[in-house]
Amino acid sequence: MSSELKIKMCGLDVKVSYGKKRALHGITLNILENKVTALIGPSGCGKSTFLRCLNRMNDTIEGALVTGKILLDEEDIYDSSVDVVELRARVGMVFQKPNPFPKSVYENVAYGPRIHGLAKSRVALNEIVEQSLVKAGLFSEVKDRLHDVGTSLSGGQQQRLCIARAIAVSPEVILMDEPCSALDPIATAKIEELIDDLRRNYTIAIVTHSMQQAARVSQFTAMFHLGNLVEVGTTDTIFTSPQERRTQDYITGRFG
Amino acid sequence: MLLLFFMKVCMSVSGIIIIVLVLGFAGFFLSYARACAIVMQGTKMHSRPHYYGLWTFLLIIVPSLFFLFFWNIGSNIYTERRALTHIPYAAAGDIIHQHNLILSTIRNLVNRLPKHSSNMLNHQLNSYASLRDILGQKGVVLDVQGKNYMVPIVIEWVSGLKKLRQTGVIITFVLAIIGFLVGFSETKVKKRARNRVERVILLGLLVSSTLAILTTIAIVSSMLLQTISFFRAVPLSNFFLSTAWNPRFSVMTFDESIGEFGLIPLLVGTLYIAFVAMLFAVPIGLFSAVYTAEYATPRARDVIKPMLEILAGIPTIVYGFFALIVVGPFLRDLSAAIMGGNHAFIMAQSVLTAGLVMGIMLTPFVSSLSDDIITAVPRSLRDGSLGLGATQSETIKRVVLPAALPGIVAALLLTASRAIGETMIVVLAAGVTVNLTLNPFEAMTTITVKIVNQLTGDLEFNSPQTLVAFALGMTLFVLTLLMNVFALYIVRKYQERYE
Repeated sequence: MSSELKIKMCGLDVKVSYGKKRALHGITLNILENKVTALIGPSGCGKSTFLRCLNRMNDTIEGALVTGKILLDEEDIYDSSVDVVELRARVGMVFQKPNPFPKSVYENVAYGPRIHGLAKSRVALNEIVEQSLVKAGLFSEVKDRLHDVGTSLSGGQQQRLCIARAIAVSPEVILMDEPCSALDPIATAKIEELIDDLRRNYTIAIVTHSMQQAARVSQFTAMFHLGNLVEVGTTDTIFTSPQERRTQDYITGRFG
Repeated sequence: MLLLFFMKVCMSVSGIIIIVLVLGFAGFFLSYARACAIVMQGTKMHSRPHYYGLWTFLLIIVPSLFFLFFWNIGSNIYTERRALTHIPYAAAGDIIHQHNLILSTIRNLVNRLPKHSSNMLNHQLNSYASLRDILGQKGVVLDVQGKNYMVPIVIEWVSGLKKLRQTGVIITFVLAIIGFLVGFSETKVKKRARNRVERVILLGLLVSSTLAILTTIAIVSSMLLQTISFFRAVPLSNFFLSTAWNPRFSVMTFDESIGEFGLIPLLVGTLYIAFVAMLFAVPIGLFSAVYTAEYATPRARDVIKPMLEILAGIPTIVYGFFALIVVGPFLRDLSAAIMGGNHAFIMAQSVLTAGLVMGIMLTPFVSSLSDDIITAVPRSLRDGSLGLGATQSETIKRVVLPAALPGIVAALLLTASRAIGETMIVVLAAGVTVNLTLNPFEAMTTITVKIVNQLTGDLEFNSPQTLVAFALGMTLFVLTLLMNVFALYIVRKYQERYE
């Protein structure tokens, strides 16, 4: 690991419980700047829960309790002085199922800039929308359909629209919760390509169930099991010479 | 003695129904037992045993009870027709109206004879006075106005009906027995009892739904007929275009003019009051729906929702006298106090009073329907918006409500059609004066109030004064129907915007 790597986000002993059920037992994990970090592990291992802690989406779940520290640029995001709205503008999220709003393609992308007042004028807003769609690799496909309803796009296009929507607020980190699990292989390939492009400007954390996907898109991989972090390292290390038996078993498909 | 009593019970209609039911259950268990026995021997039957039982049960009760039902209706009609032919021509003349009057007197007499007392009446009894005496001893008080010729007709009616009923009961019993025998003998390996039972169930469901539709059609068409006969007497322009309402009950003066039946002031009153009611109900209802659906903790929601729904369970007459006794006087006194105590510019009965109270009544409908619609908006849309850093109220305003809008509009239209059809509150709180004004502090009247007015008290049924109620009712029906159709159209059109 070279010394120029910078820690963008950092979880310190993060514990989460939903009501009486403990979902995470103290996770300490770094997310490095301009890298893709993949979170893998069998269903129910807590990887999505951890991801949702990173922009405090767990706040919206009834009875969720988060303890420990999560730092974004060395600042605790669970500190009472932090504004959740501002945090989520800096740490965007893309969900498992494409969830465009029932509005036009344009309005979907313009939504974030509008609520945060990012564009001073109509022209500036158009510019943001176009740039976001270009970055999401969707612009050429939808440039004639900007005023069609977002839900009229195909599944893969919808997911890229959601990515464009997240990019439009210029986040620093993008969290992706199994972004390809509802898509076919071609759409998946496009998204994976996109993730690789996005890495230049953004820090990305992605939850995935596909080992190949983790291997293809990520530079770092964290293996979760039963609410614990089993192992973390460069993707190469994890996939070629894992230290832990459980990681080896999971990657080779022996459990999970 | 006991046997005699038993026979008597058997011969009565309720008795035979019980017997058929008992027979039905017996048939069920016997067929069931037989089917079970066959299965126990190791043979595989087409259907499971209870289907054979059910099939026998249906065979026993359905044909026999259907027969009994139609036979009894038929025999009533038949005896009545026969009695009609016995009414002396001289007594009735050839006026149908008179005929009907006599017939209804006789029908009354028949209905007042105590059950089973027809044996007591023999044919020597031929004067109305003696009939009165005999029944008087039994504690049945008869009218003095009966005529002697009615007595034999009554006696024949009663005894004829009794004979027919008895025949019906016997045939019913025979049908039930036949059903039992057929069902029991059909409890065989290859008989497809399950399919048959399923078909009967399907048929039963079909009949119920058809019945509901037929009832609607019957109500509407009867209303339509009366409306048409109203428009025979009153020109369309008088009803739809006139702004004056003066139905003129003075039929006795043989006045040439039929009165004025202007719909417009009533329609305006109806819509105005409904509008005021919606003005109160929509914001309050919607905001409370947003609160219960989006902000309230589950515990608060569990308390608030049922509380609001209790409001929907209060009878509208209670709202009506709440308006009349509390709200109306309060508003009047309030306005007087504002003006310095001498001039109350709000009347106790006013558009405002009625609208306000109706608004309270409608609030739970708006909130309950909207709450369901808002909660149906997928969580993923909320997450998407929150994930972009939108606040909760931004999410609701820009994502949740727009997504729920078609449903909410439809709910509001349904609520509005309730407001238009609402009666008791406006009868008590809006006033009866026909008044075409835009001042919400004055009394106005509505279509429903006038329907109540025209149909209560002494009235002659074929006069335009009464028939106008049907025309008004028809207008109301068309109005609410259009709103409901429009609501359905909106829901259908925009429903698939999110899945």
